[in-house]
Amino acid sequence: MSKANLLDRRSVVGSLLADRRDAIVVGGLGASTYDIAAAGDHDRNLYLWGAMGGAVMIGLGVALAQPKLPVVVITGDGEMLMGMGSLATVGLQKPGNLSIVVLDNEIYGETGGQASHTAATVDLVGVAHSCGIADARALATMAEIEGFAKAMQDVASGPHFASVKIDHANLERVLSSRDGQFTVTRIRSALGFGPI
Amino acid sequence: MHARTEAPSETAPSWPEEIFAILQRFDVRQVPYVPDAGHSQLIERVLGAATMRAVPLTTEEEGVALLAGAWAGGQRGVLLMQSSGVGNCINMLSLTQIIRFPFLTLVTMRGEWGEFNPWQVPMGSSTQGVFELSGIKVLRASHPDEVRDVVEAAAGQAYNACTPTAVLLSQRLIGAKVFTK
Repeated sequence: MSKANLLDRRSVVGSLLADRRDAIVVGGLGASTYDIAAAGDHDRNLYLWGAMGGAVMIGLGVALAQPKLPVVVITGDGEMLMGMGSLATVGLQKPGNLSIVVLDNEIYGETGGQASHTAATVDLVGVAHSCGIADARALATMAEIEGFAKAMQDVASGPHFASVKIDHANLERVLSSRDGQFTVTRIRSALGFGPI
Repeated sequence: MHARTEAPSETAPSWPEEIFAILQRFDVRQVPYVPDAGHSQLIERVLGAATMRAVPLTTEEEGVALLAGAWAGGQRGVLLMQSSGVGNCINMLSLTQIIRFPFLTLVTMRGEWGEFNPWQVPMGSSTQGVFELSGIKVLRASHPDEVRDVVEAAAGQAYNACTPTAVLLSQRLIGAKVFTK
């Protein structure tokens, strides 16, 4: 696979979230969460620091509860591979307001850069498509990223899936809150829900 | 789907209906499940309920994550599974402590009370221990006439006190699965 023209992950996430409006954003364990934090903390961000493989399902739970709001899951290839069955579950539910973006650098960057399955064999766009997600795209240019950002806002046309091949650069960590209860309570407050 | 007993034209038990009524009363909206024969009557009711979203899963841990997201979005849910699926959930159960959402699961038991299939026994034997080590309170119902009270109590502490809770529905209650050639 050609390594030319790989995109910069921070630019990708910055562009996806530049006009996020009311969207709720779920960040998968690992560098994706740092990218979302780097784009700016927000009271509708849910940062995962664990629960590997769960990002898409958490996004689905939010999306089914709030069908009029865009819900965006941004995660990495390793995290997505661990929860690949959740693409089948999403394909069955077909939530119009859910978008999934995989930042695919083909390695486990947090653990020493070991190759992931996407480096050699697995085509996540093909997997998503096979699971019944009709809008499954490979994004290779910033113009395509901007196009996907617009699609994310259309809550009637999802689910949307995109895989973005990004470069291997190990960027400075931008640390979000690690307090899951705080971030979820903050989202609930933003939506008008109180504590128990 | 296999019937649990061979009894012909036996009247359907009333306890699944009682569980359904409790879930409706507590405004449960998302019902993720991996099918089990013991849950089949309840799943049918959920699939027919306008206020509930049934979400079939590929593996049980998906359901734990789904319910965390549902809570972030303002809805309550319940996870339906059998005892073999509890082991699949272990790491994802971290979410109940980290996010502290109202987690309720109803688990039909295998691997106990006249079990035919030895492959069900190891996980069935450790189901309660796995939950307790993961910080989940465990209640059990073994007789039809106690299901309503047990599930009512479990839903109350899960949804009102945000205390993650599992109800084990005993194989004695459901009936051991009968395997015939």
